[in-house]
Amino acid sequence: MERPVGEAPEPRFEEAIAELEAVVARLEGGDLDLEEALRLFQRGMELARLCARQLDSAEKRVEMLIAEAGGEPVVKPFEDGEGARA
Amino acid sequence: MSLPPGRALTVSQLTARVKAAVEGAPELRDVWVEGEISNYKHHPSGHRYFSLKDEGSVVRAVLFERAAREQAGAYGPLPAELGDGLRVLAHGYVGVFPRAGQYQLYVDALLPAGVGSLHQAFEQLKAKLQAEGLFAADRKRPLPFLPRRLGVVTSPSGAAVRDVIRVARRRFPGIRILVVPVLVQGPGAPEDIVRGLAWANRPELGLDVIILGRGGGSLEELWAFNDERVVRAVAASRVPVVAAVGHETDVTLVDFAADVRAPTPSAGAELAVPDVPALRSHVDRLTGRLAQALRRRVREDRRRLELLRARLPVRRPLPPIAHGRQALDDLRSRLQRAWALRLARGRERLSSAAGRLEALSPVAVLRRGYAVARRPDGRVLRRAGDATVGDRVEVILAEGGLDCEVRAIGAGLDPAPRVD
Repeated sequence: MERPVGEAPEPRFEEAIAELEAVVARLEGGDLDLEEALRLFQRGMELARLCARQLDSAEKRVEMLIAEAGGEPVVKPFEDGEGARA
Repeated sequence: MSLPPGRALTVSQLTARVKAAVEGAPELRDVWVEGEISNYKHHPSGHRYFSLKDEGSVVRAVLFERAAREQAGAYGPLPAELGDGLRVLAHGYVGVFPRAGQYQLYVDALLPAGVGSLHQAFEQLKAKLQAEGLFAADRKRPLPFLPRRLGVVTSPSGAAVRDVIRVARRRFPGIRILVVPVLVQGPGAPEDIVRGLAWANRPELGLDVIILGRGGGSLEELWAFNDERVVRAVAASRVPVVAAVGHETDVTLVDFAADVRAPTPSAGAELAVPDVPALRSHVDRLTGRLAQALRRRVREDRRRLELLRARLPVRRPLPPIAHGRQALDDLRSRLQRAWALRLARGRERLSSAAGRLEALSPVAVLRRGYAVARRPDGRVLRRAGDATVGDRVEVILAEGGLDCEVRAIGAGLDPAPRVD
């Protein structure tokens, strides 16, 4: 989510997959000249890669937000249930 | 009995030990007690002192002015008829008042006892917030399809947080989870939950869905999730909230204010996090259909081309190379013909030229009877004046020649005197 200013944000998964579904439907519907069909195919593959990349996200982190001395929250690793007491 | 005097405790020390033991006991920290009020005193400071009793026992109790004011947020106003003889349900913790050497109940909520008093408070607050539109369906936002970072606002030590993490990771192994630890019951729990929600809403954390919940418990234990401040904080959350409080049958006001209500924390994780293996195979299927559609498109083109070719005339145009060879042959024969023609024409011209040449030949003239007169130096004589008397002149005839001497010179052909 912290990306450099100016870089277009990656479409969200649901937007990407909705567009991919639309692209597949158009390509399957036929009635396209070959150039248009190829363009759609390339766009579809791009979207599929984008979707897969988001699903393959490997952050796998569990963290905890706890208060520092100043009262400001900081993010720390979370040790399964062994953290601060309620 | 045999203790040395130096080892004896002072009364204050004993009381301090009792105080520490009592106030440190978790089972005395967060209790609901039902009893009848006696010795009720509303002090000018605003604090209320009374006893709670039943048939077998009695306990001292105090409701401080500040706690009485704050209760309005959580449970509604104090019973109007507060005083001796009223049966009440009191919430608070057990502490020790050292000066009197007494343990007592420090009350933070006081409701009329009897079946449904909490329920009544619940219904009142529910009606009020509903009238404000806090639970309206059009306030509900859809959860993100694929959350990038999940926030879990709950106790960090309960079963709920472990259930949420386990289920979320099973469905989406790569998900980032941020636990926001809060008190979920007892004094201070509502404020703590409100603070936790505020933290979870900080944009820099990048949470896109929050699960707020706890495991099952009694109505009293779940009460923080009916607190007006908590309910308002849930409704105001920028990040969509999944309420996952208690068990299937537990209903809290947070459930109504949240964007989505889940029956349990595990179910909350299932609602907030999609099943990624299923999504992945969906993407794979779409990719396969994409490739197949393009292949079919190309195959159709090829078939159309075959059909068109089949409709062409049977005699196909010659391929370019054969075509060239034929053109070459053609050119060669045209060249031969042209050459032959030219040769014949040349021969014709030659013979005609030869004929004309013959006509001009001096031999032919001589044959007709003319002669050529030449001086000895070879110069041909054209005028009589070209020679003088006595010159030797050679006369050339058609056949043979004469060696002559000039005897006289005449003027012309016609009037020339006959020389005999």
